[in-house]
Amino acid sequence: MTLSLDKALGPAADALQLHERRTQLLAENIANADTPNYKARDLDFRAAMRQAAGDGGLALNRTSAGHLTPPGSSVGNPTPQYRVPANPSLDGNTVELDQERGRFAESTVNYQASLQFLGSRFTGLINALRRE
Amino acid sequence: MALYDIFNISGSALTAQSTRLNVTASNLANAETVSGSPETAYRARQPVFAAELQAARGGLQAPGGQGGGGVQLRGIVESDAPVQPLYQPEHPEADADGYVYRSNVNTVEEMVNMISASRSYQNNVEVMTTSRDLLLQTLQLGQ
Repeated sequence: MTLSLDKALGPAADALQLHERRTQLLAENIANADTPNYKARDLDFRAAMRQAAGDGGLALNRTSAGHLTPPGSSVGNPTPQYRVPANPSLDGNTVELDQERGRFAESTVNYQASLQFLGSRFTGLINALRRE
Repeated sequence: MALYDIFNISGSALTAQSTRLNVTASNLANAETVSGSPETAYRARQPVFAAELQAARGGLQAPGGQGGGGVQLRGIVESDAPVQPLYQPEHPEADADGYVYRSNVNTVEEMVNMISASRSYQNNVEVMTTSRDLLLQTLQLGQ
């Protein structure tokens, strides 16, 4: 019997990657808060996580190396969605800074939670493997 | 690691905002300068921001090649607002009709710009600090 590290770690590793990607997107939004015509983006975490769990409906089959990968096909790179702004500004920018900051804080806390969960999985594995 | 990209993204935003602050400082410093002709009068400058290309390409980018959607500094444009003629015949720079031309800097606008730039700068510094903390925690994973 072989130990599959992916299976042993559970969904926390996928969640960590998704939170990381989301944190990056939110950082992009905050960085471009003053850029004209910039459209804020975010991840639908629930949908991305479902996709990562292998429940994303039918996947496209690539039969040639020259085919483009469908967007959002890998766990670490789901397709970001554009945000619908409550108060779009005149220069076409849809970043609402207060909300983005809130979401960024939320995303970092979620990241830390996944990280801690993953860490405890490691501790559990090490405890299980150790010969007392 | 997407968290590493945040340093580039927020870094580009910091550069853009500090340029904006710089330009604002130059505008405020020259707000009261006068010149002998409308052509040579100081004109207010403004930086033009643009999102970096990769952000606009969105979902089409190759997986794994997700790079910075940072801020790009397109250039600095001069304001087209008319310069204000002042009748000051005793001024050494005055033209034949006794007029000097004051710069078209709008001080109130520049102050607002300055506050906005410094707040955006702070936001991005905070984003960078947070991602650094997250990365350091990630490095301790499994210990």
